[in-house]
Amino acid sequence: MGVAPLQYLVHAAGPAAAPTYRLGWALIALVTAVMVIIAVLLVVAIARRRSPLPTGEAHKLPADKGGTNWLVIGTGVSSLALFAALVYAMVTLDSVAAPPREPPLTILVTSYDWWWKIDYPDPQDPSRAFVTANEIHIPVGVPVRVELKSADVIHTFWVPQLAGKTEMIPGQTNVQWIEADTPGVYRGQCSQFCGAQHAHMAFEVVAQPQAQFDAWADAQRRGAPAITTPDARAGAHLFAERCAGCHSVRGTPAAGMQAPDLTHLASRRLIAAGQLTNTPEHRLDWIEHAQRIKPDSLMPSMTLSVADAAALSAYLSTLQ
Amino acid sequence: MSEPPISAMPGDPPGTVRLARPLQRGTLDEAGKARLTEIWETRPGWRGWLSTVDHKTIGLRYLVTAFVFLLMGGIEALIMRVQLARPNAHVLTPEQYDQLFTMHGVTMIFLYALPVLSGFSNYLWPLVLGGRDMAFPRLNAFSYWVFLFAGIFLYASFPLGQGADAGWFNYVPLSSLTYDPGPNIDVYALGMVLLGISTTVGAANFVVTLLRMRAPGMSIDRIPVLVWGTLTISVGNLFAVPSVSLAFLMLWLDRRIGTHFFDVMGGGARALLWQHLFWVFAHPWVYVVVLPAMGIVSDALPVFCRRPLVGYGPVAISTVATMVIGFVVWIHHMFATGIAPLALAFFGSASMIISIPSAVATFAWIATIWLGRPVFKTPFLFFAGFVLLFVIGGVSGVMTAAVPLDWQLTDTYFIVAHLHYVLIGINVFPVVGGTYFWFPKFTGRMMSERLGRIAFWLMFVGFNLGFFPMHIAGLLGMPRRIYTYAPDMGWNTVNMLTSIGSFVFALGILVFLVDILYSLKRGPVAGPNPWDAPSLEWSVPSPPPPYNFAVVPIVASRHPLWEARMQEEAEKPVRARSHLDEGYLLGQGREALGTTAVGGKPHIILKMPEDSYAPFMLGLFAALCFAALAMRWWGAAAALIFACGVSIAVWLWPERALIQREPAPVQER
Repeated sequence: MGVAPLQYLVHAAGPAAAPTYRLGWALIALVTAVMVIIAVLLVVAIARRRSPLPTGEAHKLPADKGGTNWLVIGTGVSSLALFAALVYAMVTLDSVAAPPREPPLTILVTSYDWWWKIDYPDPQDPSRAFVTANEIHIPVGVPVRVELKSADVIHTFWVPQLAGKTEMIPGQTNVQWIEADTPGVYRGQCSQFCGAQHAHMAFEVVAQPQAQFDAWADAQRRGAPAITTPDARAGAHLFAERCAGCHSVRGTPAAGMQAPDLTHLASRRLIAAGQLTNTPEHRLDWIEHAQRIKPDSLMPSMTLSVADAAALSAYLSTLQ
Repeated sequence: MSEPPISAMPGDPPGTVRLARPLQRGTLDEAGKARLTEIWETRPGWRGWLSTVDHKTIGLRYLVTAFVFLLMGGIEALIMRVQLARPNAHVLTPEQYDQLFTMHGVTMIFLYALPVLSGFSNYLWPLVLGGRDMAFPRLNAFSYWVFLFAGIFLYASFPLGQGADAGWFNYVPLSSLTYDPGPNIDVYALGMVLLGISTTVGAANFVVTLLRMRAPGMSIDRIPVLVWGTLTISVGNLFAVPSVSLAFLMLWLDRRIGTHFFDVMGGGARALLWQHLFWVFAHPWVYVVVLPAMGIVSDALPVFCRRPLVGYGPVAISTVATMVIGFVVWIHHMFATGIAPLALAFFGSASMIISIPSAVATFAWIATIWLGRPVFKTPFLFFAGFVLLFVIGGVSGVMTAAVPLDWQLTDTYFIVAHLHYVLIGINVFPVVGGTYFWFPKFTGRMMSERLGRIAFWLMFVGFNLGFFPMHIAGLLGMPRRIYTYAPDMGWNTVNMLTSIGSFVFALGILVFLVDILYSLKRGPVAGPNPWDAPSLEWSVPSPPPPYNFAVVPIVASRHPLWEARMQEEAEKPVRARSHLDEGYLLGQGREALGTTAVGGKPHIILKMPEDSYAPFMLGLFAALCFAALAMRWWGAAAALIFACGVSIAVWLWPERALIQREPAPVQER
């Protein structure tokens, strides 16, 4: 992902972002030239040598006229440059506003305070639809249609290296498209102020070759694997008691709708909407200290005995 | 004098005078001036303090109050910069950070940026136009009091940890009762409605003053550019403020009365409605807080270039054009909301075209410096620095007007950089330069050149060091309004630089304030015209007497005080020049001359009102009424509305001294 995972002018990774990347550099070149020219004019205007006034005329002042050429030439040249920029911007708008061909895959992203629910609907066979959270997988080289909704306040869907921003507004469905040229992990982030944990509302887009993507999707469609160890069984019990009100795990009675689906939690790279890497230690830290890590988030800090913590951790590790 | 008779109204037969009594022309001796002072002077003590309607006092109050708010907003910014200097810092909680950035925006945009310009305009308008006061002096006092009370109101819940916390843009549904149940948003919403009253009556006063209260001969093509700026934005405000006042009132009704204007969950309403209502106001507002400041530069920079402004006409027209186009660019704050590409293309184009008038002004300033003979006093430094910051803020604006690029730039620190170049570069720098320029007029004393230079360089270097890296932070993807960030995002260095720069900038502001306090008492005595400036305010003593002008001056050019020494002007006969010491005599009570709207010909002798407590009382009761609404004490609110009604009755109670005799057309001779 590079040193600045949310940059968009070092590298663009797909056709929804690349024309804007070129436009960005063209405009940076233009405005830098304007700034340099104006700065030079200003400095010369201030510092240029002036012929001394004839003796006895020091108090005289020039008439209220002259200098019109400055306005005509300056404004004329500026207008031409501006018009060129405008045309280029419109051409770019035309090329990124819609995908070049009908996207074969449509996903639905719903924003919540402060995480992302991701639906993979299947119009042909609704039983093949599945849901995940905070990690979008897409196949490389094909446009993907992203439908955007919000469950509460306004958020913004933004994966800088793949496309510009689109707001997610409650009561309306916005549409965005993304496409990745090469396999990789692309960082996304909410950019519309949405309350206390706006700073920690990130996600990732994992672009994979089609075969890998299909394998991932098949794995996601399955319910949670069977539990084999007593530790995990105790953890599942605990989960049903203390977590299932908000979280769901498909294939178990846990069917909460207010928080991320955890059916395949352990397969994800990050937890807590992009804030922590997904290790067993971080998972437990998050459960026990959510309010320290993300103050005011809707996840409470849980008090767990050492045994309970171990059991819960063992259970979560089974959610591959 | 054998002046030709004054024909007042267009269409009147020649020789018609529409005045209650014939106007006398002449000069005034010291005894006459003493009599005028007696008529116009405000009573000493607290009575005078609460009842004065002197536009100069009100102007200074606006300036001082706005600077206090600037300091408060600045301290809020510095606290945020401490939090953001390093990644994962814990100086502030998210809630504290959200209140700080919201109050910082509210303070700077609403309680500093326009009020400070209103301060200059209130103080200067009658002086540069050659009048005795604003058209509605009591309304002027009322406008200030409501501004002050609205400012206090907006801050009232902040010390309790319940300040506005949904951003100055306050988008629904984040600001709805569901997601923000405390008093935070109620205070913000009602405070904005209250402040809107102040802005609206102030704007109406400026418009009428410009149309009717100019010195004879001060035709529309001779008024200073500052006046063009304030006139333009006042008309703009009359159109823009209703939108935001309505939006905030509807929001408050939604929250506390149970209306469903913005209630998305109830179905029907669109969350986007708020954004439209807000930005229809808030984008024009951006021009509202810069056009008068650009006017300050257009008027004061030429003084230090020892020549008139290049392109007065084009600059005045571009001022108006900017405001007009400014009303059709609000969608550029909403490019990412899912609006159709064709509409985006229109609003993106308008947002680029709006920079053409700015180009006119930029080249006018540079040409003025180029063709002039610059004198490097402190105000010149601020104005020249302003030109560069204006261009940087302008071209980054062009980048954001390119719709697809804006989809990347919007809501990142690039925008934060852009808007601070606009608001600090185009507002604060001219305001500080303007303060150095007009301080001698305000106080009779000069500010320190030495401290002024130190302040300028600290501010200029600190500002660029602090705010230029924000562009980079934005290009590296740093979103706005985040209370902290992870160390591996690539934003560490730029944020540290920004924090350092902002403290250097703050140090510059501090030096400027020290200079003000020092010079108030110890600055060298200034005299009427220390800068050898051309406009009318410099023809009266510093500080000006309560009546401004002993005789109403007669104006014959844009540069009344330079005429005798200017090429071409100096060749005109004396009777075609401006007359400043010898003009119309008005002294039967508080009197001012009403002139015709375009040509500036004498039309009517206006009886100006005496000082009054009514504006203060009405402002106080109105603010208390809003406080009662915020507390939901409905009975108290009703009683206070009644008290407001009584105040209005006292205010408007007919007085014999104010009887405006309808001037009958009189055939002279």
